Amino acid sequence: MKITDTPPADVGAADRPPVQKATVTDPARKRRDVSGSTLNVFSHGVLILWAFMVVMPLLWAVMTSFKDDASIFESPFSLPDKLHFENWSRAWSEAHMSDYFFNTVIVVGGSLVGTLLLGSMAAYVLARFDFPGNRFIYFLFVGGMSFPIMLALVPLFYVLKNMGMLETIPGLILVYIAYSLPFTVFFLTSFFRTLPSSVAEAAMIDGASHTRTFFQVMLPMAKPGLISVGIFNFLGQWNQYMLPTVLNNNPENRVLSQGLVELATSQGYKGDWSGLFAGLVMAMLPVLAAYIIFQRQVVAGLTAGAVK
Amino acid sequence: MQHGKYRFIAGFLGAPLALYVIFVIWPFIQSIYYSFTDWTGLSPDFEMVGFDNYSRMLEDQIFWDSLGHSLLFALLLPLVTLGLALFFAFMINVGGRRRKGAAIAGVRGSSFYKVAYFFPQVLSIAIVAVLFAFAYNPNEGAINGLLRAIGLDSIQPQWLGDPDIAIWAVMAVMVWATVGFFVVLFSAGMASIPRDFYEAALLDGASRVTTFFRITIPLLWDTVQSGWVYLGILALGAESFAVVQIMTVGPGGPDYSTTVLVLYVYQTAFRDGQAGYATTIGVALLVITLAFAALVMRLGRRERLEF
Repeated sequence: MKITDTPPADVGAADRPPVQKATVTDPARKRRDVSGSTLNVFSHGVLILWAFMVVMPLLWAVMTSFKDDASIFESPFSLPDKLHFENWSRAWSEAHMSDYFFNTVIVVGGSLVGTLLLGSMAAYVLARFDFPGNRFIYFLFVGGMSFPIMLALVPLFYVLKNMGMLETIPGLILVYIAYSLPFTVFFLTSFFRTLPSSVAEAAMIDGASHTRTFFQVMLPMAKPGLISVGIFNFLGQWNQYMLPTVLNNNPENRVLSQGLVELATSQGYKGDWSGLFAGLVMAMLPVLAAYIIFQRQVVAGLTAGAVK
Repeated sequence: MQHGKYRFIAGFLGAPLALYVIFVIWPFIQSIYYSFTDWTGLSPDFEMVGFDNYSRMLEDQIFWDSLGHSLLFALLLPLVTLGLALFFAFMINVGGRRRKGAAIAGVRGSSFYKVAYFFPQVLSIAIVAVLFAFAYNPNEGAINGLLRAIGLDSIQPQWLGDPDIAIWAVMAVMVWATVGFFVVLFSAGMASIPRDFYEAALLDGASRVTTFFRITIPLLWDTVQSGWVYLGILALGAESFAVVQIMTVGPGGPDYSTTVLVLYVYQTAFRDGQAGYATTIGVALLVITLAFAALVMRLGRRERLEF
């Protein structure tokens, strides 16, 4: 990250060239023999504009979460007079954001472990064993990636209802796992194919069972693939909105995204906008922090999913 | 040994396959069956009604409205998003001032842009929708506040409340949320294009615009194409459901002006208690999604032969 590399002078140059002319032409003349300098100024201008459009709403939300209600409307763009931390504590406890947070951690934690375990088991078998129906099962899994989930949701609602798992956390975990399997199996199958088979064979000759070979030899070797697909699934499951909206209407079991929408609807009536923004930033911060810290892995994990 | 192998395969494949079949495959098959019934979803009794639901769907104005909006999303969202992303990625990787010895260069701070642009991608679409629903609020929201602040008091649109504007306001949010991902994706693709190609073209007197259309786009075409399918499926499915359901009044917008197919399925099944008819609309959605993917693949192949 080179934040300091973006010279503020170029913003001015792109936005209002006539006013800033005196300061800008001088360095520009020096560069004139170097082709592409106009393009350079132009591209910086456009890029900074979009960066501004992306970052500002988020910073604005953080800033607003520390304001009191009156100043949100009177002076929406000014800094808060003081940091109103009571917005945060109100959202955390009274608006139940802590409960939603806790539910999300349980649901995503359970789903993530389940998805990686079951997904890698299925992918390992599909990638390395020949048996009748192998291709059929593989395409059955992979085909699920292209179907609109909404079509299945109506019957799925009643499948869960009949099993007594509607509006329960275990039910939601099983559904998350099932809907994460297509991509996970697809990704890990091609990953297991690339691993050398000699190591697994050596383990077998030493007398390890298939199960033991998988857990003690192959799974540790597949760690990079598991991390990529794990990040992909973590973000997808943490941010899931449609599945819990349909399958989980019990207020006790709401996840973060649902809880936030609920908060937005109810605060709209109560007029507690500062509390809403505190809740919004609360829901936003964990993933943003994770992204900034693990930026490289997140980008690699997500883009690996899209290209292959 | 052989016996042990099959027992192992069955043991490892059993649980994931069972879960997948029960929660994904079986509901899919059921939904096609239910689309021929008059099931309400509330009681266990229903009857086969043949193609009644399908003929009803063809005469349902709300269905046609939602279909129109869904198709608009599926066509326009990829066009705008991928177009912007290609433009930004090209700027970041090739738009920089030429330095000594290098034919092309990225702008300074390119890694900062890639980090910042990717931000919205990690956020839940629900969070994004709530944030922008507030920003669009005509009296109290930030966007009209900004317009007032720069002296444009006369322009105070109702945004989500105006049937003519609402759908564009919603789509702008979807573009905002998805561009960054493709900037990063295309940047990675552009970084792997050999520098010699650009050098050769620039030596021959090609402008940067020419290199963009003649070198960058053709070599990135596969990535663009899979991005197109991916975005189209998003726009037909989960993403448009979340933004429209959360952001627009109703939900579905004033006078159904922003409703999309996936939201209409949800409302028909769970609000109106017409599960059979809802699955019929769902089947239509499935057909459209598959047709869309096939169409993009087909058009994409032709396009690629031109170069």
